[in-house]
Amino acid sequence: MNDENERKPALSPRPERYDVIVVGAGHNGLTTAAYLARAGLKTLVVERNPYIGGAAVSRELYPGFTYSNCSYVCSLMRPQIMRELDLPAHGLQVIPFKGSVTMTAEGGYFCSYLDHEQNRREMARYSPRDAEAYDDYSAEVLRQCRFIKDTLLMTPPDPVSLRPRDIKGLMWLGRRFASMGEDWMADTIRFWAMSCGDFLDQYFENDVIKGHLAGSSIIGTALGPCSPGSAYVLLHHYMGEVDGNIGAWGYARGGMGSVSKALAGAFEAAGGTIRTAAPVQRILVEGGRARGVVLEGGEEIFARRVVSNMDVKRTFLECVDAGDLPETFRERVENFKIRGSSGKLNIALDGLPSFPSIPADCPARSGDMHVSDSIEYLERAYDDWKSGTWSRRPYVDMMIPSITDPTMAPPGKHFMSVFVQYVPPKVHGRDWTDADRDAFRDTVIDRIAEFSPDFKQLILDVEVRTPRELEAEVGLTSGNIFQGELTMDQLLFNRPVPGYAQYRTPVKNLYLCGSSTHPGGGVMGAPGANAAREIIRDARP
Amino acid sequence: MNDALSLRQVLETPFHARTSALCRTNHWGNWAGYTTVQVYEDVQIEYFAARNAASLFDLSPMTKYDIEGPGAEAFLNRLLTRDVRKLRAGRVAYVAWCDDDGMLMDDGTLFRFDADRFRLCSQERHLPWLLDSAIGFDVDIADVTESVAGLSLQGPTSCEVLRQAGCRDIGALRPFALDRFEIDGVTLVISRTGFTGDLGYELWLPPGDALATWDALMDAGPLHGITPMGSLALDMTRIEAGFLQANVDFLAGGRPTRTGRLRSPLELGLAWLVDFDKGHFNGRRALLAERDNRASRYRLVGLDVDGNKPATDAFLYDRRGREAGVVTSAMWSPTCKKSIAIASLNAGVDVDLDGVWADIYVSRELRWRRIKAPCREVPRPFFNPARRRATPAGHR
Repeated sequence: MNDENERKPALSPRPERYDVIVVGAGHNGLTTAAYLARAGLKTLVVERNPYIGGAAVSRELYPGFTYSNCSYVCSLMRPQIMRELDLPAHGLQVIPFKGSVTMTAEGGYFCSYLDHEQNRREMARYSPRDAEAYDDYSAEVLRQCRFIKDTLLMTPPDPVSLRPRDIKGLMWLGRRFASMGEDWMADTIRFWAMSCGDFLDQYFENDVIKGHLAGSSIIGTALGPCSPGSAYVLLHHYMGEVDGNIGAWGYARGGMGSVSKALAGAFEAAGGTIRTAAPVQRILVEGGRARGVVLEGGEEIFARRVVSNMDVKRTFLECVDAGDLPETFRERVENFKIRGSSGKLNIALDGLPSFPSIPADCPARSGDMHVSDSIEYLERAYDDWKSGTWSRRPYVDMMIPSITDPTMAPPGKHFMSVFVQYVPPKVHGRDWTDADRDAFRDTVIDRIAEFSPDFKQLILDVEVRTPRELEAEVGLTSGNIFQGELTMDQLLFNRPVPGYAQYRTPVKNLYLCGSSTHPGGGVMGAPGANAAREIIRDARP
Repeated sequence: MNDALSLRQVLETPFHARTSALCRTNHWGNWAGYTTVQVYEDVQIEYFAARNAASLFDLSPMTKYDIEGPGAEAFLNRLLTRDVRKLRAGRVAYVAWCDDDGMLMDDGTLFRFDADRFRLCSQERHLPWLLDSAIGFDVDIADVTESVAGLSLQGPTSCEVLRQAGCRDIGALRPFALDRFEIDGVTLVISRTGFTGDLGYELWLPPGDALATWDALMDAGPLHGITPMGSLALDMTRIEAGFLQANVDFLAGGRPTRTGRLRSPLELGLAWLVDFDKGHFNGRRALLAERDNRASRYRLVGLDVDGNKPATDAFLYDRRGREAGVVTSAMWSPTCKKSIAIASLNAGVDVDLDGVWADIYVSRELRWRRIKAPCREVPRPFFNPARRRATPAGHR
């Protein structure tokens, strides 16, 4: 079997000294590395797996099929990064898809369409009032997006520092906030603390419509749609864009590995080196300074600076000696919330499964499909997670990208990506077993089969990823897809740890560039670009 | 709304069988989810039909809400800036309504059928706002956009066409009045209203009677120059009439994503729609403060622009080169024989004293020129024929 992103492990011919070593070839690590290499720094990326990409990968796990086996859709990747790193020239192409659909328990369906009026008419089938409230709702979400969007590619200012740069940053944020006017400032403050359920209740009355819209408030999050703070998560999934269409989502042609491949292309074109199958055992720290890394097997590689694309826990609790860290910092890292809540099924299908509740000519089939038709459904799914098991009736975000992208599967065959929420990092407090994993798989497949009579017969192969696999294979602590939960206590200048939100750490010359840092998870590239900017700042003589 | 309709991206109006047969340009637009004719044959010909004879326009996609019940008058009086108690049964009024900050949410026409039955027509949709505002009033509100088809018959011979079609007493219908008439056995409501600023009528009927009514009018009209008109020609007539277009001359809906984008009725030249003496209405306090403190930020004016190039989307500057405002609608007026514009001026700007000019870019066979066209403030409507108001309505 071939992996598109698989590379031959390069044997290090002679000890070299680098300006920077980036640990982990995830999309953020590669983003950082590409910016650094373009700034003229001699940069090495070391990756534990034999392939690059971290959670943005395309893998041929069944002959002829491309699996986007972690992240599966693209919207958040910052356009500025695509442009600055020239990613389209290195093969990145993002194709928008046409909508989404929720299948209801009664055998009905509810669609979102790109066309404004068609979307309104569809909502009016469920509630004429909600149909016309949707514009107000969208305007509110867009307003919040506009505020957040400009902060994505900025280093969060430290609110307790008196450095001119931080004061300037805070004043900028303050001015942006004040410019909203009184009502919107009040709305914004409420929004950030609100649950998704309460937020949607302000606009909508219909359960199906609310259930359909609430899905993005729980993805990757150990919160229910009724938990305070979940409204922000909704926004986090809304602030992306495809070619300037805010809120639109698309497929990276060739799967999500195309994002990593393009980043690696930009990095290597700027003279950078990637070593795969090179697992870092420890980050070398001497006299409070990072000096390089030690690979499993003992090889030492030295550099002036080390950047970790790993999450904050894995970096500091597993790869840096406790003795090299301030006690409070270490404590805060231990307390960083990074609970896994998601799983995934990647399925090769012998043909296109039928979904009788969706009309045959419905364009929303090419986008995400759901079976959760109310907020109540999602909240009950969350209840199962709280009691230590996967949801018996899970939220699934199902997509068949091969309908749109001909490179994903042989003609007539299809690749299906099924994101599942909620899946606990441990089952009733104990580790996952293979039997648990199979039972989880059956739960999800049975649930989908309730809506698709021929689904089971079409299955050629299933890759199941519980938090156990996400941790073991991708390196995401607890299987949390955002490298830490996106709640207010862990955002902006609090991410990952107050006082260390500017990509620097208590260890001199050791930086973080992954989604554990501002602005958080999703295939956005922003943490990586921000970290690179700070590193380049420090590297300038 | 059934499944089949929501699966279709664009709907057809009840007149589609006729409009599509006549649309020789195949130039269509999407108006509120309906496919509608932009130009049937030639925009100038259609425009002159409205000013010279009779134009027939399909306005079915217009948003329409029926507002009925014992509390309807009180509710509408609380919602709208005009005094609805003064609107008698069988009359129509141009109305506006505001958010709490006195910012215009939309304008529209209010039809009063009898004491307790009204219809509100507007460009944008407002159901949640209407329903929420109606809490505490004994009133029912229903969207009837799809169940009422609409035609606009406008122009000097429009009255004669209707008479020929069987509406014998149509000449007595006064401006802004409505009544029931019969055409070819179909009972329908006709109001003497329109978007052209001319003599004209709007016909409201069940969708099932749409084609028969269209045919009856077209059969009655040949001797009177009846011509189907598309949206582009209509827009020319509405600019000449000085009417505001939602989302062109002001932002409708009430919930933009950026601050400072909304306008108050006072800033849009609609002070005459605001009745401070009628008691409380939504936005009243803010509008009073704006009036008393002279706090309006903008002023909407009609401009006569030098030269013959439309000042479409032009910035306006004063003689010292400072930005003075923007043009929101502009055209060469074939009837007035001048270049006219509707513009939003910054508060304090006086067009004549400050020497305001429009910054116009024109391509002359691909060589671009910048024209600094001096402007004069002129009253709206730009075109205001006496036949618009005459009752009995004229024959030509």
